[in-house]
Amino acid sequence: MNVTVKRKTGAPKAAPGDHGTPAESGPPDLVQLLTPEGERREHPDFSVETTPEELRSIYRDLVLVRRFDAEATSLQRQGELGLWASLLGQEAAQVGSGRAMRPSDYAFPTYREHGVAWCKGVDPLNLLGMFRGVNHGGWDPNEKNFHLYTIVIGSQTLHATGYAMGITKDGSDDAVIAYFGDGASSQGDVSEAFTFASVYNAPVVFFCQNNQWAISEPTEKQTRVPLYQRASGFGFPGVRVDGNDVLAVLAVTRWALERARSGQGPTLVEAFTYRMGAHTTSDDPTRYRIADELESWRLKDPIERVKAYLLREGWADSEFLESVEAESEQLARRVREGVRSMPDPDPSSIFEHVYAEGHALVDEEREGYLAYAASFTDAGTDKGENA
Amino acid sequence: MAAEQFTMVKALNEALRRSLDENPKTLVMGEDVGRLGGVFRVTDGLHKDFGESRVIDTPLAESGIVGTAIGLALRGYRPVVEIQFDGFVYPAFDQIVTQLAKMHARALGQIKLPVTIRIPFAGGIGAVEHHSESHEAYFAHTAGLKVVAPSNPADAYWMLRQSIASDDPVVFLEPKRRYWDKAALDPSGTPDLGLHQARIARPGRDLTLIAYGPMVKLCLEAAAAAAEDGQQLEVVDLRSLSPVDFDTLAESVKRTGRAVVVHEAPVFLGMGAELAARITERCFYSLEAPVLRVGGYFAPYPPSRVEDAFLPDLDRVLDAVDRALAF
Repeated sequence: MNVTVKRKTGAPKAAPGDHGTPAESGPPDLVQLLTPEGERREHPDFSVETTPEELRSIYRDLVLVRRFDAEATSLQRQGELGLWASLLGQEAAQVGSGRAMRPSDYAFPTYREHGVAWCKGVDPLNLLGMFRGVNHGGWDPNEKNFHLYTIVIGSQTLHATGYAMGITKDGSDDAVIAYFGDGASSQGDVSEAFTFASVYNAPVVFFCQNNQWAISEPTEKQTRVPLYQRASGFGFPGVRVDGNDVLAVLAVTRWALERARSGQGPTLVEAFTYRMGAHTTSDDPTRYRIADELESWRLKDPIERVKAYLLREGWADSEFLESVEAESEQLARRVREGVRSMPDPDPSSIFEHVYAEGHALVDEEREGYLAYAASFTDAGTDKGENA
Repeated sequence: MAAEQFTMVKALNEALRRSLDENPKTLVMGEDVGRLGGVFRVTDGLHKDFGESRVIDTPLAESGIVGTAIGLALRGYRPVVEIQFDGFVYPAFDQIVTQLAKMHARALGQIKLPVTIRIPFAGGIGAVEHHSESHEAYFAHTAGLKVVAPSNPADAYWMLRQSIASDDPVVFLEPKRRYWDKAALDPSGTPDLGLHQARIARPGRDLTLIAYGPMVKLCLEAAAAAAEDGQQLEVVDLRSLSPVDFDTLAESVKRTGRAVVVHEAPVFLGMGAELAARITERCFYSLEAPVLRVGGYFAPYPPSRVEDAFLPDLDRVLDAVDRALAF
């Protein structure tokens, strides 16, 4: 896929006194290449060329990721997961940025980057362990260069920056993407990450998915300036992209990654999108946001616009759409069965991996626990024999 | 190299120098560690000899220092982070306890976090607010962290070498009031003890004084003073606060029958509380007296003009010894 990048430096300049209106439908400086109606649009600085096959592949990713997310939500409702953080509405931001990465690029996610994980080749079942309560992560981050989900808001932006500093020391041309949300932009760690990344010219892309709501707090409670403009204060460019436009996200993220690779340092990408569902399945968004807002964003659906584009160009037919649908059902079935057959960990695993080199107190408590547990096993056996 | 006299600062500097020299993945980072050589000069000369890519002056952001060190460790580096003073570690507390301590477990052991966090800690140097605190209990309370505190130059050297070589995160507490104490050290030798072993600093038969970091010297002075009255006090230098070498402690207390724990941190919920409880559990039938504690009061660390009233001194230690012996 060819991405033509004309922009070389700097972010689009905002008009003097323009503080933006983040929740409006048409914010300023929004990079968009595919309209909600599925029509291609030119942008003076960013463009992307796709073959029909590539666009179909993108569509497939979007649909499968949404289906996976929907299945996980259902599994939570059925009691199979303790909690789920849905990405509904943010598929384009995640698939666009995820596909912009090379396999050797490293992603540091929040707890909602299921679409990025998909693009990095992480088995979706790996993501569900922590939500089912069988582990706190569980996968090997280095296997697919996809770090563990991070619950503490914004912490991972510093890990990403440090990792990127290491890339520079290694003389590698890999790059890092740090994912975070609009709420995280208020955290000190994010500001510190911006500072470190700027000072050390680290090859990191800060990818903020501004989904308009930090649980119940709107973006206006986080900032008085458009988020992407914060970058200029730290000395690197910021770009606001239509987060529901997978092609625009792909183009902008590739540009930002290329900047990182070529030694030009960090970039802030603000993917302007919307969380269609609840913050997590524990949340009730009807208490804090109005139905009209949801409806207006429904019209900007990231998948429908790609589908419309494919059909308009004659690059997809009903057979293709049905095959993707069938594949998504297969994925859902695999996830459903996989979660339900996911074994609970052995309770003694509490004591595993607390330390790499062991710890006397952990060893002592493990022995104590095992002896205590064994005493119940013996009692049960005795009872069974007596019965 | 034959043993020569080292201050603790020089011993720590030598440990960093040799660690940097032996492993190109070892990094030193923190505020003022580069050109200045650290506010206590522990990193003196390292920037000049190893360059700014190995000895890194960081922005003044403690959470950022620890958080980026975590990222560097994930990339295969072994960062040795300096927090300038004890009271400044709190902005990094979140990164230390929620991220650094837990990431190895969260990955089911598939990644390692070999990060050493050096913190000049505790008081007695007449410093201003936030420059004299003893926060070891916070860190020792967190599974996933190892916490150590040397009391003398030789331990400072070897324990820092061992901490940097450890694949686990280590909070390395440096007793700043002992920075200028001198002792013999042969840096090319081998360590006498493992990182987490306690040491009998002075043998005795009547009572065990338990201390670590800055209080070890005080306890040795107390034992010397008590000897003039015919009391033979044993002094155990704990060295490691997580894990604690309870075997060495229990052996000592079973022999002496009495124990007094001395630390600078407030007594309430401090290391002494844990040590007293464990000793009671393990040595109950050997104890002739309850395990007593001497430490700071449950108050903010005071202004320096009255810190002598807050900190354990010779009289308070000997008073506790007398009370324990009177049972």
